[in-house]
Order: sequence, then structure tokens, then C-alpha cells
Amino acid sequence: MSMSLFFDFTVDKQNNIINIKREFAADRSTVWDCYTRSEILDKWWMPLPWKSRTKSMDFREGGKWHYAAVGPNGEEHWSITTYTKIEPQKLFLASDAFCDADGNINAAMPSSKWTMNFSDTGKHTLVHGIMQFPDLVQLEQTIAMGFKEGLARAMEQLDAILAKQ
Amino acid sequence: MRRDIFQAIADPTRRAIIILIASQAMTPNAIADNFHTTRQSVSKHLRILTECELVKQEQQGREIYYTLKIEKMKEIDKWIAQFRKIWETRFDQLDHVLSTMKKQKK
Repeated sequence: MSMSLFFDFTVDKQNNIINIKREFAADRSTVWDCYTRSEILDKWWMPLPWKSRTKSMDFREGGKWHYAAVGPNGEEHWSITTYTKIEPQKLFLASDAFCDADGNINAAMPSSKWTMNFSDTGKHTLVHGIMQFPDLVQLEQTIAMGFKEGLARAMEQLDAILAKQ
Repeated sequence: MRRDIFQAIADPTRRAIIILIASQAMTPNAIADNFHTTRQSVSKHLRILTECELVKQEQQGREIYYTLKIEKMKEIDKWIAQFRKIWETRFDQLDHVLSTMKKQKK
């Protein structure tokens, strides 16, 4: 894409939150469909070479999206998203967990709560995704990095040390 | 159990140890003086950090000094970049889907 679209990715470690903001060159109802209709989600949700394959989708409050991330060698990682609140074309809340092919949630794997806000920015649409993790360990398991606050300071210190060397 | 850098930084005490020894090599006792936990607990964290290959031990006279392997810390940067990259790729794919939809409408 040659046109530059706003993208912001921040980790709030104190509150166990990742904020992901992205602008899209389309109107709000189109972008909303992309996030809520499985036949469209399957076209973009998993970064190549992975693909998402929907087993079932029931987009309504209390409904679930059950899908597999399918790898290049056919490996499958199953996920389930439960929608807890929906305000059409404005926002939805969901919880995300890993599961098996039958939809049984794997409690040992990290889970997160999502808020997706959709707003207009002129002709474009801004999607602000907020991922909330129950505790730091799960945040760190998932993003395997765990630093905006604590370690960011360590990083700055390290940067300073590296700069001196 | 396989150790990696993310286990090293998953614990607040270990993060504090990393910061401490980033600027200077320290003995286990000197490190432990900075914490209100037992020396055994600090030793355990140092052992994990060693197993994660994030610190190395150096014998100087009768003392063992711990130093940080700075090149290893850079792996975290790589990981963050990778996670960000996943989202970038995902969104680029959505850009593509959106432009295809637009063309179909016309």
C-alpha cells in the first residue's frame, strides 16, 4: 500500500493492555463487515502463510466464532471468540481463547478480552482495538515481550550503556 | 523444560536483576543486598537467568561475578517487532480485501 494509513501499537504494561489503532481506506460499515463476517475475516485475519478457516460463526451477543489458524503444512491451531456486547458499526466486545477442534477451551493457554471501537476519520475508518489480559503472565505469554513500563526502562538504560560502548 | 529469554523477563525480580547487572558485573551477594528476599531466592533467579543464557558468570579471584549478555537482550526487540509485524501483515491483508471490495462495487 503506497498511501500511508495511521498505525499505532502500544503496550500498557501497568494495566495489562495492548492498544492497536489502525486506519482503513473505507467507510465504517464496510470495515465493520470485515471484522464481523467470517467469510471476509477468513481472507485477512491470519497473516500469511497462515490462513484462518471458520468452523462456525454466530455474530450476536453471546454468540461465538470458532476458527482454526491453518499453517503451511496443514497444522491447525483452534481459537474461539465469544461476543459479549455488540453495538452495530460502533463497537463490539469479545473474549478470545485457544481451544480444540470441538471448541473446548484450553485454560492453560492465555486468553484476552477485546474491545473494538470503530469511528470515522474523514472518509476513512479508525479501528481501535484494546486487548486486555487478566494478568501480566498471560500478557507476556501472548506477546512474549512484556515491557512497555518495567522493561522499557531497562531498555533505555541498556541503550545508554550500548551507546557508550 | 526449555528456557528462553521470555521466561527470564517474566518475573519482576529477574527484571530488576537484569537492570542491576546491566551496568556492572556483580557478585550474588551484592545482587541479593538489593532485594528483601532470601539469598536462596536470588540464587534461584540467577540460575534461571543463566539457563536462559541471559547472564554469564565470571570467576574473579575467589568471587563469581554475574554480567548481562547484552546481545541476548536484543532478541526481545526482535520479538516485539515480530508481533507488531503480525498485525501489520494482517492489516495489509485487510487493505487488500477492502480495495478488492471497492473494485467489485464499481
